[in-house]
Amino acid sequence: MFLGRAALRSSTRALHTVTLFPGDGIGPQISESVKNIFAAAEVPIQWEERQVYPILEPNGKTRIPEDAVESIFKNKIGLKGPMRTAIGKGHVSLNLTIRRTFGLYANVRPAKSVPGVITPYSAEGVDCVIMRENTEGEYSGIEHTVVPGVVQSVKLITREASRNVAEYAFQYAKDHGRKNIVALHKANIMKMSDGMFLEQCREVAAKYPEISYKEMYLDSACLKIVSDPSKFDVMVMPNLYGDIFSDLTAGLIGGLGLAPSGNMGKDGIAIYEAVHGTADDLVEQNKGNPTALLMSALMMLRHMGLKTHADKIEGAVLETLKERKFVTGDIGGTATNPEYAAEICRKIKG
Amino acid sequence: MLRHITKPALSVGRAAVSTAAAPRTKYGGKTTVTLIPGDGVGPELAESVTTIFKEMAVPVEFEMIDLNREQLKDEGAFDYAIKSLKRNGVGLKGVINRSADFRHHNVEFRGNLDVYANVVRCMSFEGIKTHHTGIDLIAIRENTEGEYSCLEHESVPGVVESLKIITREKSMRIAKFAFDYAREHNRKKVTCIHKANIMKQSDGLFKACCKEVSEDYPMIKYEEQIVDNTCQQLVINPQQFDVMVMPNLYGNLVSNLAAGLVGGAGVVPSKSYGENIAVFEPGARHTWMEMKGMYVANPSAMVLSGAFMLKHLQLHEAGDVLIKAVNNVINKRSCLTIDLGGNASTHDMTNTILSEVDALS
Repeated sequence: MFLGRAALRSSTRALHTVTLFPGDGIGPQISESVKNIFAAAEVPIQWEERQVYPILEPNGKTRIPEDAVESIFKNKIGLKGPMRTAIGKGHVSLNLTIRRTFGLYANVRPAKSVPGVITPYSAEGVDCVIMRENTEGEYSGIEHTVVPGVVQSVKLITREASRNVAEYAFQYAKDHGRKNIVALHKANIMKMSDGMFLEQCREVAAKYPEISYKEMYLDSACLKIVSDPSKFDVMVMPNLYGDIFSDLTAGLIGGLGLAPSGNMGKDGIAIYEAVHGTADDLVEQNKGNPTALLMSALMMLRHMGLKTHADKIEGAVLETLKERKFVTGDIGGTATNPEYAAEICRKIKG
Repeated sequence: MLRHITKPALSVGRAAVSTAAAPRTKYGGKTTVTLIPGDGVGPELAESVTTIFKEMAVPVEFEMIDLNREQLKDEGAFDYAIKSLKRNGVGLKGVINRSADFRHHNVEFRGNLDVYANVVRCMSFEGIKTHHTGIDLIAIRENTEGEYSCLEHESVPGVVESLKIITREKSMRIAKFAFDYAREHNRKKVTCIHKANIMKQSDGLFKACCKEVSEDYPMIKYEEQIVDNTCQQLVINPQQFDVMVMPNLYGNLVSNLAAGLVGGAGVVPSKSYGENIAVFEPGARHTWMEMKGMYVANPSAMVLSGAFMLKHLQLHEAGDVLIKAVNNVINKRSCLTIDLGGNASTHDMTNTILSEVDALS
């Protein structure tokens, strides 16, 4: 089954090897910034870079390159940049393939208001975490045309996958001192599937009496969170809802350019990623925002027990964002990716 | 294969369904409409509408069908409600709470009557303090298929399959409805909301149908947007949206989100259309069971829905006065129910609306 928060080699002097998938578009550029910033903070990490691209097998399945797979299985921890997903083409999304390859069953997306990035929601402050089931649901990829003009798409919910994400959610809440979990669902409409998901959440909730557990209709949650996001803490939900809702919460804090995320897999595998797209139009001028990838990398550091380094870097990032002198275009500035990163490095070195 | 061999003939000039219906048959000068208060605070909201209509001497007779969870145990009650709506062709409705044991009535209701187009207009109110201003979007939701097909089964223990159905016929129909609605209401842009990057065949079909229909309306701008991005955009820059057309589930989420942006479930009305039927109900459908019987709910959404119903019945004078009255009360902050930051009761709001109607007449 899965391991809880991995307590890796805690000595900060030993070098940890971490897999890095730079990805496409601005991916390689923002990865470069992360590497530079980590070097400035003297983080005891060495990067093992691997390229990821889809390989279509004769049996119709898609896989990723062997060396990329091996690297993750060996290192357990990885950081991933944005990857291109083609709309409507014949092959499975690369992000989905990665999830399946490593059994990434829980997607964790914190959304916390960033000082210096003012949104209409900054005043009341957002500080919530979405736990999204990451392997099944509406993303099963099982669709077929029943007769011309009639398409059936299958949403799959299993007891096991629902259980896994519920367990992770409650353990995460406990480890991070979060007091409330709400399961978001549409069990009024999808009685059996979402019903099964809720059943697993309830069973796990019973094991964590110190954490308050509630259920809320997804549409109610959408209505309420845009009125008062401060009332939301940890939320757990199936795949599609998680995808939609976490983009919503990212919007509340300033957009996908700032939103970190982590994916938990079997056997202690944890892959952190920026959830935004490849932003191909920003590549030429190197104007992508590395914050999301950087914040994801900090989630990774904390997972690895390297909290001091994470805090140091985070402090420098928040300071830079607050000053707004060297910030990227998506949050209203004019700096390029390397200029922003350089400022963060300057602040780290003090 | 997404296209039929012959493209169905779409007449651009004639709307798929007339949102401006001919006056219904009247008896004794009054039109009969079905009223289904539903569960939770529904009956209190319905009471507000009946009170206002009575005071305004509106020539509408309500055929009240008290369809709450208790009534539904008798299947005849539900079927009677359907017959009534078929007969009257117009209805005002609250939400029927889903009971664990029974069929999903709200969904069946819409399926049975083929009330396929749900229209929720979310417009910012001057008098409600919200995180965004200047919003005026129309969410048009296909309301009979998609994720709400209610076809689920447990194939093996611990594995449940839930089917989402998308058909070309219904997708074309809602797309045409959306474009006709946009044209009729002088709207400039229609955005198709989908997740075709993941659900390539189902949402792909929906998207293709919207694109196909858009070609018959060159004066209206057409765009496509992935639903998760839409939710993000709605909280960052909701002013960019005009008319949005989408399948069932996304429609549910987007209309609730947008309703939350402009003031909540208490102030946003909706209209739903089928071939020969129109149903009016609050835009964000929630029963608010916890507050049942307390008379704290804001009846504005329900009253506005009633006002739109009056307009549908060609009772424009009454409808317009009522719409103006409710908007004035909200914008002038003359009465603040809990959702608007005060502690006025449902009755207080009803009375304030009536005073405003008097002042305007």
